[in-house]
Amino acid sequence: MAKSIKIRAKESGGITTVKALMSHPMETGARKDSKTGKLIPAHFIQEVTCQHKGNTVMTAQWSGGISKNPYISFKFSGGAKGDELELTWKDNKDKSDSMTSTIK
Amino acid sequence: MSTEMKRRIFLKRSFAAGAVGVAAATGLLAPQQVLAAWNKAAFEAKELSGALDALMGSSAMAESADITVKAPDIAENGAVVPVTIDAGMDGVESIAVVASNNPVPLVAHFIMGPGATGFVSTRIKMGKTGDVIGVVKAGGKLYSAKKEVKVTIGGCGG
Repeated sequence: MAKSIKIRAKESGGITTVKALMSHPMETGARKDSKTGKLIPAHFIQEVTCQHKGNTVMTAQWSGGISKNPYISFKFSGGAKGDELELTWKDNKDKSDSMTSTIK
Repeated sequence: MSTEMKRRIFLKRSFAAGAVGVAAATGLLAPQQVLAAWNKAAFEAKELSGALDALMGSSAMAESADITVKAPDIAENGAVVPVTIDAGMDGVESIAVVASNNPVPLVAHFIMGPGATGFVSTRIKMGKTGDVIGVVKAGGKLYSAKKEVKVTIGGCGG
């Protein structure tokens, strides 16, 4: 599976700002296919976690109310330039993907 | 050393060990249990209060001026509404993003780990005009702030 995550992390003044973009359809399960009139089954990311040095700095739990190709940004302290960050997502069909990046 | 003294030392040590055990049970293990489960009940609740009850154990919240909810006044496309929640308080444990008029009001729940500041930014879908509410759990209490977003084209269904 092609990498579905873009992640960028930047440290400034002790605070690391993480920005990540994932590609995912984020179907709520309430939308109808305009041609067949049938409901499109739900398919959305349920959980996103970000690990830094073995610590989980952030866990996001999502419903289908997050926009298609989700964007997320958050900040944490304690990161240093060159540290590795790993972002993982898991959807309601138990698919998952992860991506590692270094803090700049 | 008298037996009395020994007994005291023994008691002290067992108390210390007991405290560590309690810390491990409550402080260190609890977050992992939270991580494990996606809160189905909260994400299926049709009412905000029900969602918060399931998610945070309470729906009693106080409005706080320390929380900033940044969202557009008018969203031309309800499928993509950028929302930023910035809680200027210490000890933020989690942040919930709620779109009050959505079929499923609870959009996202961010659990902040150690070191994370009370800041999250994401993009949400909004079915129709309504309030975007940021619910912040800090120090065991719930605080909230909201902002109305007018939606011209809905993002749910269509």
